[in-house]
Amino acid sequence: MAQSSPSGAVGTPRLLLHALLFVAALIVLLPFVWIAAAAFKTQITLLMGNVLFDPVINNFREVLFGRTSTYTRSFFNSVMIASASTLLVMVIAFLAGYSLFRMRWPRWVVNVFLVWAIGFTLVPPVALAGAGYELFRGIGLTNGTIALILSHPTLPLPMALWLLSSFFRDVPRELEEAATMDGAGFLALLWGIVMPVMLPGLVSTAILVFIFSWNEFPVALALTNSQTSTVPVAIAKFAQENEIKYTQMAAASVLSAIPALLALILGQRFIVKGLTAGAVK
Amino acid sequence: MPSANGVAKYLSLTPAVLFLVALTVLPIANLLVLSFHDVTWSGGRASWQWEAAQNYLQLGSDRLFIAGITNTLILVVVATTLQVAIGLGLALLCSILGRSSTIYRTLFLLPILIPGIIIGAIWKLMYNFDFGIINQFVSLVGLPRVDWLGAPSLALWSVIAVDVWHWTPFSFLLLLAAIESLPTDVTEAAKIDGASPWQELWTITLPLLWPAIFVTFAFRAVIAFKVFDEVYLLTGGGPGTATEVISFTIYQRFFVQDDAGYGAAMSIALIFVISLIIAVNLTRRQRLET
Repeated sequence: MAQSSPSGAVGTPRLLLHALLFVAALIVLLPFVWIAAAAFKTQITLLMGNVLFDPVINNFREVLFGRTSTYTRSFFNSVMIASASTLLVMVIAFLAGYSLFRMRWPRWVVNVFLVWAIGFTLVPPVALAGAGYELFRGIGLTNGTIALILSHPTLPLPMALWLLSSFFRDVPRELEEAATMDGAGFLALLWGIVMPVMLPGLVSTAILVFIFSWNEFPVALALTNSQTSTVPVAIAKFAQENEIKYTQMAAASVLSAIPALLALILGQRFIVKGLTAGAVK
Repeated sequence: MPSANGVAKYLSLTPAVLFLVALTVLPIANLLVLSFHDVTWSGGRASWQWEAAQNYLQLGSDRLFIAGITNTLILVVVATTLQVAIGLGLALLCSILGRSSTIYRTLFLLPILIPGIIIGAIWKLMYNFDFGIINQFVSLVGLPRVDWLGAPSLALWSVIAVDVWHWTPFSFLLLLAAIESLPTDVTEAAKIDGASPWQELWTITLPLLWPAIFVTFAFRAVIAFKVFDEVYLLTGGGPGTATEVISFTIYQRFFVQDDAGYGAAMSIALIFVISLIIAVNLTRRQRLET
């Protein structure tokens, strides 16, 4: 865990270090506080730049229930697409991970596979989106939702594999051997033994994959239309079409940050574990 | 292990292989073919016209493409360097303070998790000339308001500032994890020998951290190369070509102007540039290690 060095920093220096971190935290937080405040302002109080103001919830009402607003539909689109593609990624990565890291492939096969998967993350999604767009249009798949559910997994799949590789290493071999001795089939072994042991790793990976899909913009922009647009696409469209509805834009931004905030509050430890697992080992 | 598992071994890898082939190999093959054609759409049908290397020859004199590559490179180098430097500083602070810095670690996660397009929206409002908080602050201090996103000489730096704000926490997190996994016995020994905290930092911690710093830099650079979301909302590539980044150029060409052949040529050229940079870095790193 954390290595504190009490002898290195005592008294005033320690206070100074805290002050520095505090300033950094302010810089991180200030934009969020300001945008949240703007979401509760009227256009006039925002333009006047008042610090103190009477909060109104009009902006949220407009965004969620306004007659021309498509925000709620996009929100549900996003929930569906992110959930479905997360499930897809997790099943594919879990199966592939088990095969690659636990089933005695020659070393080079594992390496080639990982390098292949990682290599493609270097390609800007915009480039792939273009080709995907042509491919999907070519086979007549114009439903943006299905196209997105199918294309979103590619982007975080390498990350998921990479993260799971370090979690697979923590599963004790004896456990698997004991289960096999008891006559458990392959799927029973995966479902009943390996998965429960790996649950923390699977959860942290799934949270990151979900957030990734929820946040993804360029591919969603390319593949969806106004019916199937996800939250980021809806926000971008809104910002372009209603250049001056600042406070509603702020409200929509606040609403769109909800999954991230939930993930942060509920799964903070998992996220840190997930983000750093691949890099440290 | 029973022999049925021999089949399972292949079967469980199959979905991943199919997915990667269908959604990475096929698109790139498709891009390659596209890039040698002029594609036009009429009535839902595409007509492909063979153009040989015409698209590629055009790249060299394309003002937008060159601006896109140049601006992206400036952004990658400047933003990534700042992110790693600031992230390293904060990570060292947190590791010295130990447990009492937990709250900061949680806070710093926030920007990483927020959708890039929302970050763009937030900063677009903050940069606003009339009511943005930044100009409010500027005029509070008594200086004239600044057109952060509208002035050609400033716009790219404003975008870079947003990227630094957005992604410094990511570098921080990776570097903090690296610092905490360093062996403690070396630093203990140095302390017993009477090394000052500064000596300890410069002669022990930093040299040990070097590989992690390199990995963080590479990680960040790769992501920075794809920058798109923030630029899309903040500036849309403008004013003029001041903040034109390459992903944006490709997007415009492919989807707005519906010029798939030329967009594909740009994509292939970009993939080539990225591979080249990585190849150069990898060989340099290998030479450093031997």
